[in-house]
Amino acid sequence: MSEQDKDIIVCRCEDLTLADVKRLISKGYRTLDELRRIGRLGMGPCQGKTCRALVQRELQAAGTPLKHQLPGTYRPPTRPITLGSIAAGSSEEASKDAQ
Amino acid sequence: MKTVDICVIGGGPAGLNAALAASSGGASVLLLDNADHLGGQLVKQTHMFFGSERQQAGTRGIDIAVSLTTAVQGTPSIEVWLETTALGLYDDGVLTVECLGEYRKVKAERFVVATGASEKMLAFKGNDLPGVYGAGAVQTLMNVFGIKPGQRVLMVGAGNIGLIVSYQLLQAGVSVAAIVEGAPRIGGYLVHAAKVRRAGVPILTSHTILEAYGQDSVEGAVICQLDQAWQPIKGTEQKIPVDVICLAVGLSPLSDLLWQADCRMLYIPELGGHVAWRDESLRTSQPYIFIAGDVAGIEEASSAMVEGLLAGYVATLDIGLAPSDVSERIRAAREQLVELRSGPEGEKTRLGLAAVQGEAR
Repeated sequence: MSEQDKDIIVCRCEDLTLADVKRLISKGYRTLDELRRIGRLGMGPCQGKTCRALVQRELQAAGTPLKHQLPGTYRPPTRPITLGSIAAGSSEEASKDAQ
Repeated sequence: MKTVDICVIGGGPAGLNAALAASSGGASVLLLDNADHLGGQLVKQTHMFFGSERQQAGTRGIDIAVSLTTAVQGTPSIEVWLETTALGLYDDGVLTVECLGEYRKVKAERFVVATGASEKMLAFKGNDLPGVYGAGAVQTLMNVFGIKPGQRVLMVGAGNIGLIVSYQLLQAGVSVAAIVEGAPRIGGYLVHAAKVRRAGVPILTSHTILEAYGQDSVEGAVICQLDQAWQPIKGTEQKIPVDVICLAVGLSPLSDLLWQADCRMLYIPELGGHVAWRDESLRTSQPYIFIAGDVAGIEEASSAMVEGLLAGYVATLDIGLAPSDVSERIRAAREQLVELRSGPEGEKTRLGLAAVQGEAR
């Protein structure tokens, strides 16, 4: 790990640096899902669109070739949405309920 | 819940054509896009397209966007929802979306996922400084809003996007200090490379960016040479004063919805990473989901447009609402795809598709 790694942002949403990612990998977290659970990588607004490939490269450097890496779990929603929007439902359904 | 015959997710070159094809036999179509206009990346493309006349070669991307958008808007059976983000695609054929802050559900017999791709990022010191842009953002600023991103740019990546955006920067009166490319050779078409070289822009192959420096925004970049193992060669570092660093280092298919819907996914580097398995009609392992465009594999807009047609027509056959000459149209689309991918530039795609076909559903 170089001194510079502390100044290299990998996950912009959750403010994780290359040094953070390398430290987690060296602790034995070797899949995207593990890194997400322990470090919140890919859990921000972009849902990993920026950091995923960069983290995959570090996992590869740590010994897991890209094609053997587990992809990580993708769940809805693709983008954060407020609970209020979901609770309100669509206006269409609301008017149907009213009838 | 909104119910339609065919739902097309993404209104770029693939999605626009998929919607037109899907509606051609009378099916009801819903076309979604997260932007406030249709056209996807086409609206930023002020350059002329290559290929043969059938794929609108010689036409500028932005003009193609206008003609396809006009055709879609002139088709009453296509409903368009703009500023709509697809949130979840479930295996019972229901899609959830957020449309202008409202949460809605869509039920369709068939889906065409044409979500495109996202830009790749690089890890280097200072990559979060204002002034570090993706090439797509630079194109949006210049070609959509008429705003120069800065005075002097370092372009990272000599693929087609890096080369074309460099040329567009020059056209806008912005100077391009250099184009750096990690690979030992230029990735884009030589005709594009020649244009920027003639304008005096150096293209430094086997070079990469080490650092962006600056107090509050980018004031310069440190670049260096790479050895054959892509490792920086000590002593080759040089500082280049620039106020913009533009990253054009590749695209990743935006396949979140396909993962969610449990489509079989394959890692195919030639197609840009993880892509859904699909048959020759672009049908994924989930029979009700088709793919078209960059989400199926990173390629040019010309093939995306034809893939959209192919997926749209096959979807109409599934639900019994196909135009009478559908088999002729499907055959023509397949022939065009073969033609578009026939040259040396299509080799990567051909290899990638061969790898997909070698896999079982």
